[in-house]
Amino acid sequence: MFLRLALKSLLNRRGSVLLTLMAMTVSVSVLLAVEHIRHQAKESFANTVSGVDLIVGARTGSLNLLLYSVFRIGSPTNNIAWESFEDIASNPQVKWAIPITLGDSHKGYRVMGTTQDYFEFFSYGNQHKLSFDKGHAFKQVFDVVIGSGIAKTLGYSLGEELILSHGIASTSFSLHDDRPFNVVGILEPTGTPIDQTLHVSLEGIEAIHIDWKNGVKIPSSHITTDQIEALELKPKTITAFMLGLKSRMTTFRVQRDINQYMKEPMLAILPGVALSELWQIMSILENTLLLVAVLVFIAALLGLSAMLLSSIRDRSREIQLLRVIGAPPSFLFLFIELEAVIITLSSIVLGAGLLSACLITAQDFLISRFGLNIGTNILSESTLYFAFSMLAAAIVAAAIPSLSAYSRAKSIQG
Amino acid sequence: MTISLSHVHFSYPDTPDKPVLNIPSWSVTSQEHVFVHGPSGCGKSTLLNLLSGMLAPSEGEVTVLGKRLDNMSHRQRDQFRANHIGYVFQQFNLIPYLNAVENIQLATHFSRTKRTSVKQEIEELLTKLNISPDDSTKQTAKLSIGQQQRVAIARALINKPELLIADEPTSSLDQHNRDNFMSVLMSLVSAYNITLIFVSHDMSLSHYFERIDALSDISRLGGKH
Repeated sequence: MFLRLALKSLLNRRGSVLLTLMAMTVSVSVLLAVEHIRHQAKESFANTVSGVDLIVGARTGSLNLLLYSVFRIGSPTNNIAWESFEDIASNPQVKWAIPITLGDSHKGYRVMGTTQDYFEFFSYGNQHKLSFDKGHAFKQVFDVVIGSGIAKTLGYSLGEELILSHGIASTSFSLHDDRPFNVVGILEPTGTPIDQTLHVSLEGIEAIHIDWKNGVKIPSSHITTDQIEALELKPKTITAFMLGLKSRMTTFRVQRDINQYMKEPMLAILPGVALSELWQIMSILENTLLLVAVLVFIAALLGLSAMLLSSIRDRSREIQLLRVIGAPPSFLFLFIELEAVIITLSSIVLGAGLLSACLITAQDFLISRFGLNIGTNILSESTLYFAFSMLAAAIVAAAIPSLSAYSRAKSIQG
Repeated sequence: MTISLSHVHFSYPDTPDKPVLNIPSWSVTSQEHVFVHGPSGCGKSTLLNLLSGMLAPSEGEVTVLGKRLDNMSHRQRDQFRANHIGYVFQQFNLIPYLNAVENIQLATHFSRTKRTSVKQEIEELLTKLNISPDDSTKQTAKLSIGQQQRVAIARALINKPELLIADEPTSSLDQHNRDNFMSVLMSLVSAYNITLIFVSHDMSLSHYFERIDALSDISRLGGKH
């Protein structure tokens, strides 16, 4: 009866209650979004690369190297010579080495040139190896393996012919349209930027640029595809490479050796350390966002409190009637608190639903644009903790109107 | 004796020098139907609030159904009212957004009266008061004033009170509804053996009652004690 009374009372004031509910819902979804995205971003970044001991690129900031080589965010400052890669890869401490070349794209998706070792040694998440949903790794020069996200979004299947673009803009006018690639493999979903990447061989990258100079195709060049395949397509430069070492104990020594490499300035980073740096920088932004979200929620709570307080002023006859039929002042206190709890719980449910809907809508965009795989399941220990905290805060905020109802009920008593 | 007031003095805390009631002695026997009349503002509602335990006297003893209300705590008076006293007002007897059944159910929520089936009891009462099943599920704000006052009687009687207090319940009703209301009320209080204190300034209703008291005779504001 108590619950039904509170629900019907709220329905009776549906105009003001609806506006308050909307304000609360938006504030709850903002707060939950900040918390969820904060956690998911960390998890997503941490899951993107595992088992890689060192990432090596041209000398730049460690964060920049990490972002462009692993997350496909930003651009490399320079390339490194193939000979340098071969030299370091031949180090007896190195178990495997995966070269990568970036710089081309297909309909806004990044193209990564690499070797077959990538499919053998690279792992993500909790040491998960890459696996094929369909097809196999590239074998020919113009073979391409696509991520699951691309296959899903662009509707590609095996045997499809793709044209790569020069550069990484989503609309490029410099197309490698004379040398189409053939889809030979589609990877299983990984929940990482790999899903949004096209993988081709280093030879393939060399082949499409063989008659290009300074980003433009040489007009007089008429090299055919058959002629290209007959050539030895050894890359001259690569963007970066990943190293797996035989022993973790040697990581710092190999890192130091690379950083002091005399033939070429290079930078070797430990992915975990670089990620920690990233979190350190991000923590200021995170805390600021969280503070803003909390302030928005407090503003909504004050709105709720004001709405309930003004409703009590209009409900003096109702309070009197309840008192006459034996309702103690404490009932009135709990009655107003229950109204606040109902509004807050509804807001939490609606806010969580709104957030889930937004995440489902924006998931592909976040992965392709920022390399962030934000899960749509927002149920977690931290969101539950936030939900309980919001409920507790609402109970505290509703204490003002509840006490007003209590004292009004008490004054009727004399 | 259902009601016994002795040396009751009441004034509001913010105006202690202006006594509202000064009752040397007044009593009502069990199952008596008393009509109390007096002009507006003479303290009729205050008397009813003292009898229902909504107000505590500044001085004196208020005994209702053998219990000293003036010695009870606020909480005890609330519980006593819910268990033993029914109340019908001039208007705003019902929560407007609840239907008739829910309004009556709400009154049972605060009472410790033992019952077998609340729903059945409510249905029986509403039938006796000529409220159709259709009307009983409508929001009470959508019922006519006459229907609302009859639902108010049902709400006041659902906990089987020994004492029913009616504060000008007919003042907002037309002649037809007033007669209808009075005949239903009087037959029910007789059927349930309820003591009735009915306050009104409308002397034309006095013929329904066996005892008629003027508040000016009950309360002697000329001199305290």
